[in-house]
Amino acid sequence: MKIAANAVAGTLESSDVYVTVEPAQELEIEIQSVVYNQFADQIKESVMEVLQELQVESGKVTINDKGAIDCVIKARVETAVRRAGGAK
Amino acid sequence: MSKLVASIQEAIKQCGLQDGMTISFHHHMRNGDYVLNMVMEVIAQMGYKNLTVNASSVFDVHEPLIGHIKNGVVTNLECNYMGGKVGKAISQGLMENPVIFRSHGGRASDMEKGTSVIDIAFIAAPTADDMGNCTGKYGPSACGSIGYAFADAMNAKKVVVITDNLVAYPLVDFSIPEVYVDCVVAVEQIGNPAGIVSGTTKITRDPVGLKMADYAAKVIEASGLLKDGFSFQTGAGGATLAAAKYIKEMMVAKGIQGSFGMGGITAYMVDMLESGCFKALLDVQCFDLDAVKSIRSNPKHMEVSATQYAGVSGKSAGVDSLDVVLLGATQVDLDFNVNVHTDSNGYIMGGSGGHCDTAAGSKLAIIIAPLTRARLPLVVEHCLCVSTPGKTVDVVVTQRGIAVNTAGGKNVELKQKLKEAKLPVVEISELKKMAEEIAGVPKPVKMGEKVVAKVLYRDGTLLDTIYSVK
Repeated sequence: MKIAANAVAGTLESSDVYVTVEPAQELEIEIQSVVYNQFADQIKESVMEVLQELQVESGKVTINDKGAIDCVIKARVETAVRRAGGAK
Repeated sequence: MSKLVASIQEAIKQCGLQDGMTISFHHHMRNGDYVLNMVMEVIAQMGYKNLTVNASSVFDVHEPLIGHIKNGVVTNLECNYMGGKVGKAISQGLMENPVIFRSHGGRASDMEKGTSVIDIAFIAAPTADDMGNCTGKYGPSACGSIGYAFADAMNAKKVVVITDNLVAYPLVDFSIPEVYVDCVVAVEQIGNPAGIVSGTTKITRDPVGLKMADYAAKVIEASGLLKDGFSFQTGAGGATLAAAKYIKEMMVAKGIQGSFGMGGITAYMVDMLESGCFKALLDVQCFDLDAVKSIRSNPKHMEVSATQYAGVSGKSAGVDSLDVVLLGATQVDLDFNVNVHTDSNGYIMGGSGGHCDTAAGSKLAIIIAPLTRARLPLVVEHCLCVSTPGKTVDVVVTQRGIAVNTAGGKNVELKQKLKEAKLPVVEISELKKMAEEIAGVPKPVKMGEKVVAKVLYRDGTLLDTIYSVK
């Protein structure tokens, strides 16, 4: 499923994450995080899990993480995708 | 006779600065300080190289130091605290020689013991006369106490007072007397008093911070130390200030007459003095302009030197009579060692200041910090840097639980008292586990090979080594 429009979710507050989604031909994920050294793998995993669950196959997903825990990352990604009309 | 010279350049010439010498500065103007940059610029223009700068603290305003290090003007740096801007550059391996970190007490005492030799001390003086009597209490750039500068004035081979408020001899109510001073220079402005206010001198409104503050206040109450004669120190962090507010409320409600408040002084400590919670304040530096006003007008608000505050070279110091200190931490390990030097990626962004001095001296040293910050757990297996040894730390307070250090059989009674007060007492390892259950287990940070700083304990011995960031 494709992401149909641009959408965002989240904030840039500490312990939150700001998620941006945009339409694109392929699935692209960009991750920036204040805890990249410690948690890069877990962040990637959380993002992928939600995208797979929502069957998002293309679109650009940008993660600007300020130290959000997994459930927050998942909730923000899901919200952004749904706002973009990308979920089935 | 007059010691007034025409310029900083003239003072430097008269004091005989040479390549390789050590010069010192104090940090009471904090992030509003102009003097360190002003002097270093003159020194760089005069062509000196290979100097050691011993500044009681290096703030972000001192970023031009990075240029002086790159140009070889400064090849050694010694301080008690280093802000994130210069800290980051140091952590990236900017300087060949490691930075020497001391504590506030240790710096003064190393000067007095002769293990730290200062060739020329530059004293930023908000008011001075032409013979060098000076004070921080008066003048357009008033900063209050200049407690950290006493050791520099008394022990440096040459002392230059730099002021923007020159008054007729004799200055009334001086702090540092003329006997130590070689030259006096008048400049337009020594700093911006607005920069004195530390970034964190307001009570937190964050519910997590308030919860920790509430627990910390209850720990103090349950400890039995909160009674007539109580003495107390707190930093300027939002949660510790909130704890101070709760303690004040308890003291006022119970009519407790405390003995003294100490440290960097904020408006909240002044309020406690004026409310009759303390007989006196012992002030080594003012954290805000209310404190500056108070030290000028209230005789019970007393200026103390760093040695009297926290040193080990005197026959006693204020910290030796301190009941309770509330302190922060970026990391605490399972042995209660505390890191306040580096962030969780290993970048230098702080320093001991009086942390290890007060922890060592006080009867009850309480660390107050959130269980996690931006996903990173407070409690770790090993701190990236040991700033304060665990054996001097008694309690760690987080919003989810309170750990008591009972190593070596101490604090057993305290732990029981906290349990009886229905406080959520847990083992320190449980705090680590709780954080990891919520936030995940962080991948350990690998540091580089190069030693970028050495941390000296208050007695001058090596406490830890900080490595470069990869």
